[in-house]
Amino acid sequence: MRFVDEFRDPELGRALAGEILSLVEAGRHYKVMEVCGGHTHSIYKYGIDDLLPENVELVHGPGCPVCVIPMGRVDDGIALAKIPGAIFTCFGDMMRVPGSNGSLLDAKAEGADVRMVYSPLDALRIAKKNPDRQVIFFALGFETTAPSTALTLRRARAEGVSNFSCMCNHVTIVPPLRALLDSPDLRLDGFVGPGHVSTVVGARPFEFIPADYGKPVVISGFEPLDILQSVSMILRQLAEGRSEVENQYSRVVPYEGNVTALKVMAEVFELRPHFEWRGLGFISQSALALSEAYADLDAERRFGVPGVRVADPKACQCGEVLKGVIKPWECKVFGTACTPERPIGTCMVSPEGACAAYYSYGRYATEREVV
Amino acid sequence: MTPSEVTREERILGIIETTRAKRPRFRDAQITMSHGAGGKATQSLIEGVLAPAFGLEELGDSGMVEVDGTQLAMTTDSFVVKPISFPGGSIGELAVNGTVNDLAVAGARPLSLSLSLVLEEGLTADELKGEVEAVARAAEEAGVRVITGDTKVVERGHADRMYICTTGIGVADPRAELSTTALRPGDRVLVSGSLGDHGTAIMLARDEFELDADIESDTRSLWPAVDALLEEAGPSLRCMRDATRGGVASALNELARASNVAVLVDEAAAPVKPEVLGACELLGIDPMYVANEGKLVAFVAPDAADTALAALRSVPGCEEAVQIAEVKTEPPRMVLVDTAFGGRRVMDLLAGDPLPRIC
Repeated sequence: MRFVDEFRDPELGRALAGEILSLVEAGRHYKVMEVCGGHTHSIYKYGIDDLLPENVELVHGPGCPVCVIPMGRVDDGIALAKIPGAIFTCFGDMMRVPGSNGSLLDAKAEGADVRMVYSPLDALRIAKKNPDRQVIFFALGFETTAPSTALTLRRARAEGVSNFSCMCNHVTIVPPLRALLDSPDLRLDGFVGPGHVSTVVGARPFEFIPADYGKPVVISGFEPLDILQSVSMILRQLAEGRSEVENQYSRVVPYEGNVTALKVMAEVFELRPHFEWRGLGFISQSALALSEAYADLDAERRFGVPGVRVADPKACQCGEVLKGVIKPWECKVFGTACTPERPIGTCMVSPEGACAAYYSYGRYATEREVV
Repeated sequence: MTPSEVTREERILGIIETTRAKRPRFRDAQITMSHGAGGKATQSLIEGVLAPAFGLEELGDSGMVEVDGTQLAMTTDSFVVKPISFPGGSIGELAVNGTVNDLAVAGARPLSLSLSLVLEEGLTADELKGEVEAVARAAEEAGVRVITGDTKVVERGHADRMYICTTGIGVADPRAELSTTALRPGDRVLVSGSLGDHGTAIMLARDEFELDADIESDTRSLWPAVDALLEEAGPSLRCMRDATRGGVASALNELARASNVAVLVDEAAAPVKPEVLGACELLGIDPMYVANEGKLVAFVAPDAADTALAALRSVPGCEEAVQIAEVKTEPPRMVLVDTAFGGRRVMDLLAGDPLPRIC
């Protein structure tokens, strides 16, 4: 496949692995966090860990949109899905996330009209096809997907699609990173920066990491060679005593981001004063709600939601996994009570979740010989 | 990672393997779409509810019954695909080939089919006639006869156009000595051609993605391929599987569990058409999990692998047959894959529901 195979070349992978090996100091342990769930998935899918020296540890970060949705928001979504006559639309992964009383997939089996969509525009199309029914889109994701939600809302407004509304769960990447850096639990040496988010926000928002915390950030693409090269760039910064924001993913990410997308977002969204993150608690100014100008398209205002905060199940350690404090397998319920087919925590649901990625792909890393 | 951490991780992995090795229990309060997707939820339904109820031990694509010294194979399948016609085929052809293939990979020469139609009020006569013709044509091509049938009509909205159920009978081929428990370390795993065509064709035919690609379903009878394999490698052929729902990955997992062996897949060897790979890449799906309707997976003793491969390649439609994996001892009941990039990872059964109603 052109433009993909080039970034999956095993020869170049081995060359980068050699370069990485030459950059690490013996006896020093390096902890590098990949912020984005897409990176976590690639790391396991391609077995990238296998190519890193033992003393370079990749720590999985909070950038998996499904993983950070708290149970109360799932319950709110289910309440909307159960409104008689409503069509509830969401991305596929979200359907399996457990709320306090079942998932959206269960609500569907009980009769709610829950449909999987690949894009918010699909939801709008459903609304136009079913003018006598209320169509609700469960918007989810970091700055990566927020512009497409914003454009869809703008189109709904322009075309006067009055039966369409949006339950907004968009979150922003910088506040949780700052929270992580302020947390005493974790000592990180650097960050593999989120590639997709950066296509929208650019590199500038990450400048605070080297400036205030003295850690390198390398914004990275998602192919295996991208990730290896980013790790190598981080290690080189460390070896040379530098800490700055570098852009490995310059084929897609401009320094200033996507100005048009940011403008549309500013028109459609406003910052929530605070928002609950699964396992991380409330983080101020970390999520988006529809702005006053779009209030009439806000499903929460149109229908009202219970809005009850639900505590995470006691056994669930998603918060620690999301912060990179523990490895997936160190969670008390990992792989026994909590599995991809019967998840307790969100990290076991999405393929971008660290637990699901480790369970599905990672259990037999090189330590075990195949005979 | 310190040595004690490795030990702890190993210990936890051991606990997980013990949990995983247990017969899956069915603990759901209701049926969800996941139970139809061919992954873990389907497995829990079959092994947790159905097999124990009927005292079934070995679960193959067909059941065997002996009548006056003749071994007969019997199988049944329901077809609920949406949309009912798609590039490369339609529900009528699937209904014949799906059942014929379940007989064929069990080592049985397909003889006769029953045909049961559930029709939705309002289905047009043209659609019905078109599918009946498709059934007749596919049956003729596969060398089987439809000898009995049934029709039911349900109110509009209580079925989606038409569902078809076929039951097939075949006679066990004396050259076949197949068992799901027969895999031995060293055995080679062959596939009869490109993977993921059917599932991808259906996905695109649903028009949900605004993707256009020239991808056709691979629906076809596998009996010629099975016949060739039995002729050239009969006693060395351990087992075969029709890689339908859940794809090749699910077939490999089922067999690794049944035979208590490991399977190591060479990802770079898996034959996937560039357009299928491209569509799967965009949709975030692994072609190894995508359904086929005319591809078999054959497990062959090492010394007969080359002969078997040559036999397969001589059959029209199987020219791209290739070895994709090898059977190993450790870790038992696991499927691992060496990625094209040079890493190694697990290839587990799917938990979720990537694509319902593909057959």
